[in-house]
Amino acid sequence: MLNASLKELSKQLAEKKLSSVELTSFFLQRIKTLNPDYNAFITTNEEMSLAQAVDADKMLAKGEGGPLTGIPIAQKDIFCAKGWLTTCGSKMLSNFISPYDAGVIERFNLAGAVNIGKTNMDEFAMGSSNETSYYGIVRNPWDTKAVPGGSSGGAACSVAARLAPAATGTDTGGSIRQPAALCGISGIKPTYGLVSRYGMIAFASSLDQAGPMAKSAEDLALLLNVMVGFDARDSTSLQRAQEDYTSSLEKPLSGLRIGLPKEYFAKGMSQDVENAIDKALAEYRKLGAETVEVALPNAPLSIPVYYVLAPAEASSNLSRFDGVRYGHRAESYSGLTDMYRKSRAEGFGPEVKRRILIGTYVLSHGYYDAYYIKAQKLRRLIAQDFAEAYQQCDVIMGPTTPTVAFNLGEKSADPIQMYLSDIYTSAANLTGMPAMSIPIGFGEKNRPVGLHIIGNYFKEAQLLNVAHQYQRVTDWHLKSAV
Amino acid sequence: MQWEIVIGLEVHTQLSTQSKIFSGASTAYGAAPNTQACEVDLALPGVLPVLNKGAVERAIKFGLSVNAKINSPSVFARKNYFYPDLPKGYQISQFELPIVQGGSICMQVNGVEKNIRLTRAHLEEDAGKSLHEDFHGMTGIDLNRAGTPLLEIVSEPDMRSSAEAVAYAKTLHTLVRWIGICDGNMQEGSFRCDANVSVRPAGTVKLGTRCEIKNLNSFRFLEKAIDFEAHRQIEILEEGGTIRQETRLYDANKDETRTMRTKEDANDYRYFPDPDLLPLEVSVEWIEQVKQTLPELPQARRDRYMVEFGLSTYDVSVLTASREMADYFDAAVKLLPTQAKLCANWIMGEISGRLNKENMEISTCPVKPDDLAALLIRISDGTTSGKAAKTIFESLWLGECGKNVDAIIEAKGLKQISDDCAIEKLVDDVLAANVQQVTDYRNGKEKAFNSLIGQIMKAAQGKANPMQVNTILKKKLTKK
Repeated sequence: MLNASLKELSKQLAEKKLSSVELTSFFLQRIKTLNPDYNAFITTNEEMSLAQAVDADKMLAKGEGGPLTGIPIAQKDIFCAKGWLTTCGSKMLSNFISPYDAGVIERFNLAGAVNIGKTNMDEFAMGSSNETSYYGIVRNPWDTKAVPGGSSGGAACSVAARLAPAATGTDTGGSIRQPAALCGISGIKPTYGLVSRYGMIAFASSLDQAGPMAKSAEDLALLLNVMVGFDARDSTSLQRAQEDYTSSLEKPLSGLRIGLPKEYFAKGMSQDVENAIDKALAEYRKLGAETVEVALPNAPLSIPVYYVLAPAEASSNLSRFDGVRYGHRAESYSGLTDMYRKSRAEGFGPEVKRRILIGTYVLSHGYYDAYYIKAQKLRRLIAQDFAEAYQQCDVIMGPTTPTVAFNLGEKSADPIQMYLSDIYTSAANLTGMPAMSIPIGFGEKNRPVGLHIIGNYFKEAQLLNVAHQYQRVTDWHLKSAV
Repeated sequence: MQWEIVIGLEVHTQLSTQSKIFSGASTAYGAAPNTQACEVDLALPGVLPVLNKGAVERAIKFGLSVNAKINSPSVFARKNYFYPDLPKGYQISQFELPIVQGGSICMQVNGVEKNIRLTRAHLEEDAGKSLHEDFHGMTGIDLNRAGTPLLEIVSEPDMRSSAEAVAYAKTLHTLVRWIGICDGNMQEGSFRCDANVSVRPAGTVKLGTRCEIKNLNSFRFLEKAIDFEAHRQIEILEEGGTIRQETRLYDANKDETRTMRTKEDANDYRYFPDPDLLPLEVSVEWIEQVKQTLPELPQARRDRYMVEFGLSTYDVSVLTASREMADYFDAAVKLLPTQAKLCANWIMGEISGRLNKENMEISTCPVKPDDLAALLIRISDGTTSGKAAKTIFESLWLGECGKNVDAIIEAKGLKQISDDCAIEKLVDDVLAANVQQVTDYRNGKEKAFNSLIGQIMKAAQGKANPMQVNTILKKKLTKK
């Protein structure tokens, strides 16, 4: 059960060799035993998880199950789930039990999957190390002195430590791909608009996108099949024909053109990461792919652009947390303004406050054009760079992160250094393009290295095919930290 | 010094959709607090807005009816500020690109036509309500109104007096109800005015510093607030002072405006495009579709009444004060097209008077247009007199005799004597009995004529057709 793929688990469930209650209990037990070491979960609820498992077994007994029926999934604590504490990693929501299900949760429920618990995350998804969570740090299963990455740090850890067969994450600037890379698992951020944002607590609305995190590309395909779909409650949700992301996994890669942006192979990448990337690229050439150099001249501006736009949207998105209707309210205050001030000062951590301040500043009268408008223009230029690159290649590859996982506490005092760990990933959010990370080996201190694969809009199936073909001939994704 | 008052109005009209502008909750007025606020209205974590097409359609309707440009795309923006009845901490509104741009409204002030230019009209959501009483010293929040669709209609500073401002507001009020986008209920806040008032020396061009007076919810308050405010500003300027740009509140009890906030402590709203809503595209086909649903507009109706029926500007403006009134007139006049003036007089006189007295609307008038037409036909063909018609009208109002005009005339004996022979006999009888008066008249005593008429009518119990009596009497007196 520990290392089985979703396909194998699904087969065993369908053949009644295993029940969902057994499988769910197994992982609940592992969480109970190991979570104190990792702190990957903020909330578990045995009763609710097992109730879902019982329902799943009934579905399976009637032969009505689908590929994910009865499979436990770790849900990032950014998704509202009815009856579940939904904190978004913040003290602000430490008392918020959601009265409704997010679109993503609904789709998993409909598929008969089991919610095994809510995973730890950087507060309001703002962070790259999971150190901003109000609920404590999460440890990297490969090396407990290292960060798991963030913001979906608990999710990545839960899969890497085999506390759950698969997990959900969200990605605003790299929050699925960066922790996937640092924890040696696979993760994909789909094209913006494919997965419903309804009920997913907003960080930066124009950049946020949910996606799956799992052990392999094949698992990701099964998860995406459930997660992707139009939701009328999200005005940015896209209405498209349903795709089967598993259908082209086995396509050979001969003739695939891999674009290597020279900007991503310039300074900044550490040697151990570069070595692993080189080996992975050599593997791809063996699989029949060719590599071409492409240029993304504006891509290095992604971080500054991102750190104008994301805080701008966040500063407004987080205004609803005012202590009036739900969430944290200061115990004593004198008057309305004081209530706002104290409730928010107490409810938000320092990184969230920093971003609210930055965002408020860049939207302020007199600065809006210089920052927000300028950043939006650059965002378009970055997207144009990618469009031009895709004239010469099918997918773009590079490192997911400049270094392997850093140590806990190493960057938490220096926000700029922390922000730079998203240097390769944030462009995919700014452009809305799909991108993923897969494990391709180990670097310093035997910590995992991730390969970043970016595709053109709606090319998720192709990305998964490219990843799967690599995983067919390598076993990095099968290595277990535990 | 002579001062010119310059006024521009911002009017918030509540659009008459069943559900809110960004959620499915009901917009019905008067429900128990917070029973019409869904998770989107409460701004729970993770919820998202979805635009109500009905609100967009109503905005398009308005744009078309004032000959404005319908912008496509238009953009929803967030106006950020903290207030307990603003659940998201921002209001979704339109800022740089409103859905309706330009256009104008033609109005009548003291019989003179004037055109007021519109700057724009944009869609936005209403906030909730803070209830400061009855909460044991705390403030209660009712979010039923949060998310109610509003169309904010902004005029250019084209008005020069409170009378013009009121005329404009009334014309606009008529229009939004006429095209069915707003119920116009001012008590319930469906139509709220803010007035921007400034003054400048007569004959100069440069606009003075303006003050905005908020939330004027009746035409009377609008008029009084503007008059007070203009007077206040003139006084300050005449004493050598300067006007401070600020937002002011009108206190109806004291009949004065006072400072609410100055420009210095105004919020920086940090407007930016709402990333949860895509730019709003309105296709040419959609506009065309909406155009098909537009009724004949007040201005067109006024022009038609003047050309087709030769009615006066005054009559026409009264008849088009509401679409219901105009429709009533149309329905009645259709049945006796040659008597438009008679129709108009009855609607503006008898019917309006009675409705006012009963505090009723024309839409619930018990005398229907065809009842009125039936009555007026009997006046025109001489069956009954104008005086008797008032009695018949009363019977119609009360629903007597199955609301059949002829039956009422019969039952009440209100038939007019219009037979020349019968009248001649009456006249002859009276003349025979009043030889002296006949002689007086013939000797130049005009007064005797009226006395004779009186006696004839008396003899006829008031039922003789007065015109015929008049003609026949004259004929008989001059004939020798």
